[in-house]
Amino acid sequence: MTIHGGIGQSLARKEDARFIRGKGNYVDDIQLPGMLYIDFTRSPYAHAKITAIHPENALKVPGVLAVITGKDLDAAKLAWMPTLMSDTQMVLPIDTVKFQGQEVVAIVAENRYAAADGAAAMEIDYDPLPVVIDPFKALQPDSPLVRPDKPKKSNHIWHWEVGDKAGTDALLAKSDVVVHQDFYIPRLNVSSIETCGCVASFDAMGRLTMYMTTQAPHAIRTVFALVSGLPEQSIRVISPDIGGGFGGKVPVYPGYVVAIVAALKTGHPVKWVETRMNNLMSSSFARDYHITADIGATKDGKLTGLKVKTIADHGYADAAANPSKFPAGLFHIITGSYPFEKAFVEVDGVYTNKPPGGIAYRCSFRVTEAAYTIERLVDEVAHKIGMDPAELRLKNFIPPEAFPYHSALGWTYDSGNYAGALNLAMKMVDYPGLRREQAEKRKQGEFMGIGISSFTEIVGAGPSAQFDILGLKMFESCEIRIHPTGKVMARFGTKSQGQGHETTYAQILATELGLPAESISIEEGDTDTAPYGLGTYASRSTPTAGAAAVIAARKIRDKAQKIAAHLLEVSPEDLEWKDYKFQVKGVPEKSKTMADVAFAAYTNPAPGTEAGLEAVDYYDPPNMTFPFGSYICVVDIDKGTGQVHIRRFVAVDDCGTIINPMVVEGQIHGGLTMGLAPAMYEQITYDAGGNIHGSSFLDYLVPTAVEAPHWETGKTTTPSPHHPIGAKGVGESPTVGAPAAIVNAIVDALSPLGVTSIDIPVYPWKVWQILHDKGVA
Amino acid sequence: MASTAIPRLTSPLPIRGATHTIHVTINDVPFEFAVEDRTLLVHFLRDALGMTGTHIGCDTTHCGACTVLLDDRPVKSCTVLAVQVDGRKVRTVEGLEVGGKLNPVQEGFAAEHGLQCGYCTPGMMMTSVALLAKNPNPSEDEIRHAISGNLCRCTGYMNIVKAIQHAAKASGGGK
Repeated sequence: MTIHGGIGQSLARKEDARFIRGKGNYVDDIQLPGMLYIDFTRSPYAHAKITAIHPENALKVPGVLAVITGKDLDAAKLAWMPTLMSDTQMVLPIDTVKFQGQEVVAIVAENRYAAADGAAAMEIDYDPLPVVIDPFKALQPDSPLVRPDKPKKSNHIWHWEVGDKAGTDALLAKSDVVVHQDFYIPRLNVSSIETCGCVASFDAMGRLTMYMTTQAPHAIRTVFALVSGLPEQSIRVISPDIGGGFGGKVPVYPGYVVAIVAALKTGHPVKWVETRMNNLMSSSFARDYHITADIGATKDGKLTGLKVKTIADHGYADAAANPSKFPAGLFHIITGSYPFEKAFVEVDGVYTNKPPGGIAYRCSFRVTEAAYTIERLVDEVAHKIGMDPAELRLKNFIPPEAFPYHSALGWTYDSGNYAGALNLAMKMVDYPGLRREQAEKRKQGEFMGIGISSFTEIVGAGPSAQFDILGLKMFESCEIRIHPTGKVMARFGTKSQGQGHETTYAQILATELGLPAESISIEEGDTDTAPYGLGTYASRSTPTAGAAAVIAARKIRDKAQKIAAHLLEVSPEDLEWKDYKFQVKGVPEKSKTMADVAFAAYTNPAPGTEAGLEAVDYYDPPNMTFPFGSYICVVDIDKGTGQVHIRRFVAVDDCGTIINPMVVEGQIHGGLTMGLAPAMYEQITYDAGGNIHGSSFLDYLVPTAVEAPHWETGKTTTPSPHHPIGAKGVGESPTVGAPAAIVNAIVDALSPLGVTSIDIPVYPWKVWQILHDKGVA
Repeated sequence: MASTAIPRLTSPLPIRGATHTIHVTINDVPFEFAVEDRTLLVHFLRDALGMTGTHIGCDTTHCGACTVLLDDRPVKSCTVLAVQVDGRKVRTVEGLEVGGKLNPVQEGFAAEHGLQCGYCTPGMMMTSVALLAKNPNPSEDEIRHAISGNLCRCTGYMNIVKAIQHAAKASGGGK
């Protein structure tokens, strides 16, 4: 027996009804009477003293009403704000700018054109200061100091390490083979197609309504209350439809704070919406990890130890969005799918004259950096000892019977069947056939490559003992109200940005409550109505809020069973929940549906029970979930141009129990494309003076439908043993797993030339240069 | 669904520069407006007319979120001045559903899960409508090239291709 729209069905998405009609409601769609706009004059310098601000010409621009400077904010103690990593960043600078494109003065105007005119007319005098862009130079004693406001007179922010350093060194020293590799994981921008923005509006009672592009509305409300001193009940954060998040809409940006100040100052609602150029220049970046790694193995291919040292470039402030106890995120998932005996990881955070950040890019905190490193290393071990990379992986995988598995760096993996996923991917792609073809092609001087990535993800942050953001524990919530007519309104502390929560949460509740999905409405993103939650990022919604939905629904079932017993004139113990009904044990024709019970809950409640049928759950996950997968990429390289053509890409994912296969597959396609992007197209670079190289989509190459291959997907299902329905989360697995598969394929193609590494993004010119240097092109 | 009455709206965008009066048919309805010289079509549609289905994703005509049909051809409305549409026909996402009947492209996007966050979707659908009008039987490769001026960050384009194929089939074409 199935329930319509229950778990496991490819239910069409409820939210699409408005999106396909152009009736979504995004932040920039919000128009309030008397609404004003802000824009910013930005710094042309990467590091400079502000010597004077001349607002006169800006204020003469018709429609410009006011300007706001850092000194204005300082008077209200709002010139600086905390980052989520307990660092500090400027809202607007009082006297010094720290990166090119930094917001310096805000212009408040009647409309967006006047605001932009005002920003252009603003005159600011600067005295340029020495700039440091390279984090290694920033660590030198003679480097310009990026943050003289800090007590520690150094660009070194923090050191973090985990694992057994001496043990790992000893193990590597006696390993038959040690492979050393350096990886630079370039700076990226998430580039959701909707940029960031907000509308700040105060009512006559001084209550703030903040419509904003945020993935974490409740946490933002608390942060605003703590920073501004406004009572928290006088702040309502509304996150309407969000045009993609990917981690970029977790932090608090200066524009949000200035919009609130401008609304207070003018008494009008104020809108701020970033342009794309602003977004690429100043919103939080991702990655920017300089990694150096050593991996050991026996000569017959058994992996031994792993040692990783990383310099993390954070720009001028550590504005990462990690759980507070993890300055390098969950980077220590870096032992991946393999049972290393010993491992050691250290990361040092560094200030440079670049925009602040360190957020995710559709990946759970720093997991892509880790997965890329281990999956590249494993391939190079295979190449070095002359073993097939698939065989090496199969030889080393943590076996299914070893779960729950305690990794060398402290995680307890919940479940996995890594060989199952790789074997399926190899079958789907005809791996032996491809290797035969490759051997033939090599004889003909052609460059064909096959790359594997068998990654392990870590998502679902997280257990309260370890996971908090600014002290807020990373639980997640669901509140269910069943109305007398058997219709349901359920609210969550998460916030969909395209994940389809209105559909998938309804499916979980349909199965758990025995009501069809179309009877269940889901609401998120309004802090006045939704229960408190930490929001949607790091693939945490299904592992945390999905579990809260199940537990809240089961609380409802407990009460409903008493009401059903009352209606059936039996005792609750005589009933069982079967086929989505309460049935008298052994007498299935005597039963009550959840809809029957809902009506009775308001019209004929059982004696001694409260009226109504509602429940709320705040779910504290007992562990993280560990989705995994195996990807195989096949490339052909054009010898003349260096262009890499992805011929096939097979992705086998295992995210445990699947709620909506259609939605999961869609997320995998999207995640794979955001895995392709850093492997071959996207990066943000700066010259030594701190000038950004390209701040438009002309230079920042978001893949189009032409670059994106025809993805092929497959699945295995290994449920999480600790999640109430065995689900693990999937939105970011492909972003984590794909880059290594692509680069492994490219390096594999070029390996006959002795190539063992290539820097990402792999542009055609880099490949061409190698081919040229080796006398091929 | 043409109307004989010509609605005349006063733009809520404060008009400070030189203005022009334009006559334009938007989603089959003729209008007369006064617009400032430099007002972009996308801002005119969104801020003056409240037709917020057309989105803005970049400033440089790369992302395609603002795509509308101008005389049945897809254009990026962030790079068209409102005054340039004088005497012409504009169709936006709000004009795809006619008489309560969805356009096959809209049905295709919903049926094939061709959208996630929905932000690129209106522009993507307008490009798709123009493609199918010109080529009712596009191959996957032709579809991918036709939508290469529209960026999507969520879907990886696979299901958008399927959505357009779905619409082609529903309209009697399709490969």
